[in-house]
Amino acid sequence: MDQIQAIEVHNLVKKFGNFVANDNLNFSVGQGEIFGFLGANGAGKTTAMKILCGLSKPTSGKIRVAGYDVTRQPDKVKKNIGYMSQRFSLYNDLTVKENFRFFGGIYGLSSSEIKNRTVQLLDRLGLGNDSGKLLSSIPAGWKQKLAFSVAIMHQPRIVFLDEPTGGVDPITRRQFWDLIYEAAAEGITVFVTTHYMDEAEYCQRVCIMVDGRIDALDTPGNLKTNHHAANMHEVFLKLARKKST
Amino acid sequence: MKQIAVDIRDIRKSYTGIKALQGINIQINSGELFGFIGPDGAGKTSLFHILTSLVIPDSGSATVAGYDTIHDYREIRKIVGYMPGKFSLYQDLTVDENLKFFAGIFRTTIHEHFELYKDIFAQLEPFRKRKAGQLSGGMKQKLALSCALVHKPQLLFLDEPTTGVDAVSRTEFWEILQRIKYMGITVIVSTPYMDEAALCDRVALMNKGSIMAVNSPENIVRSFGKNLYAIKSEQMFPLPGLLATIEHTKAVYRSGEYIHYLNEKDDFDPVLIEIYLRACGHGMIQVHQIAPSIEDCFMVLMQQSKAQKAA
Repeated sequence: MDQIQAIEVHNLVKKFGNFVANDNLNFSVGQGEIFGFLGANGAGKTTAMKILCGLSKPTSGKIRVAGYDVTRQPDKVKKNIGYMSQRFSLYNDLTVKENFRFFGGIYGLSSSEIKNRTVQLLDRLGLGNDSGKLLSSIPAGWKQKLAFSVAIMHQPRIVFLDEPTGGVDPITRRQFWDLIYEAAAEGITVFVTTHYMDEAEYCQRVCIMVDGRIDALDTPGNLKTNHHAANMHEVFLKLARKKST
Repeated sequence: MKQIAVDIRDIRKSYTGIKALQGINIQINSGELFGFIGPDGAGKTSLFHILTSLVIPDSGSATVAGYDTIHDYREIRKIVGYMPGKFSLYQDLTVDENLKFFAGIFRTTIHEHFELYKDIFAQLEPFRKRKAGQLSGGMKQKLALSCALVHKPQLLFLDEPTTGVDAVSRTEFWEILQRIKYMGITVIVSTPYMDEAALCDRVALMNKGSIMAVNSPENIVRSFGKNLYAIKSEQMFPLPGLLATIEHTKAVYRSGEYIHYLNEKDDFDPVLIEIYLRACGHGMIQVHQIAPSIEDCFMVLMQQSKAQKAA
């Protein structure tokens, strides 16, 4: 395993009143790793992800992301991560280029850096000729790919993807994963949630949360062997059903 | 004799330059569990709006239980239940108040058809005095479904009821839909999840405003042909690119831990794949023939319609 850890989580606990949303989580994610974060609705995924992004404070625990403590240095954390979700995308009433300009500015990139990265990322998508188009005129699948490019434009150590491929057609979904592989090959850690179990197979390691706890954490291959399952869908059903009933 | 519950004839609809529906023709039988399967932008919601009489098509016509969606809209609204993709109940009314409200609109009571949704409502029982806005996602879904069933509709339309819902809850929701179907209600449901197609009696595969196929899931898979292979080696990242260079390759794409490969030639010999990959320096090669899934069919149909448009 990689020596440098992009994410280190020790004894993470998050409570809302009496409700324990995250119950003593422990895990680490290596630099450049594609890490799948799965769980049923209400299992505590979003809560944990918010803490890792520096948006919410843990009740207790020691959590380092990109080498920074999420409680004491949340601003440093935010500068070194990218975030993209199905819901929060780009601005529809700005052009493609303006979206890059806007988010590049927020991440503190210089004008020339923004220009270079915009050209580089749009060329990779084959959208070099569309930079002046309004985002609202871009098809949904392409928007998701653009949103991903914007999320990694400041070359973050880690990119968090919250259900990035929801509702996307099966071909575009696969193209999206090609982008994820490329980013990981460049050394960006990818932390991804998904409801598509075939996508869980694309991850190097997968963590499954059930009722606020981590119930399993391993490679897809080992999870299938250990749970005598043909695929990740079966693994997921076995773990998530066991607890909820 | 099968009775037609929904008859859709050449429906077209555009919104400011976007062709949302490009000539849809489908007949749905009474008592059927029918699925519209397709990604965002396929036109599923536009079609549901037309069938539930909320939107008028640019051209074409449709009947629901024999009623025309334009002229007989009042009749249609009495006999259909509709659960929109976006949660549309009153957030500041309680569970009970929402149910009473919808019962009142349909001139019925909560009790008259309670048998129909009592299993679903049982799970809401502890929250009856809670405001709808404060329910969890799963509970909101169950309340919306109860409200759509309160007047015992002949047809139930559900627009993407399982989007963003985890695999376990999705399975449970489909079990509920099966039960509703066995109560004699025609269930028409849309979903972007290809694996849910197998749970329908018949499905329409939709993309970009067009229907690519209508059939039972078994027949759709059967019409795919036989030459689909699942392939694996110790170097998964470059594998699709390599396979794409094999002669007469029709499709190559990732699917879970394998790459799926389809060749145009009926007499294609899969041993070629292994020889070729070995020559390229790959080890731990696995090649086996597999039965296609609905998603495999969907992608090949997408490629075909793209190729037809280009030609």
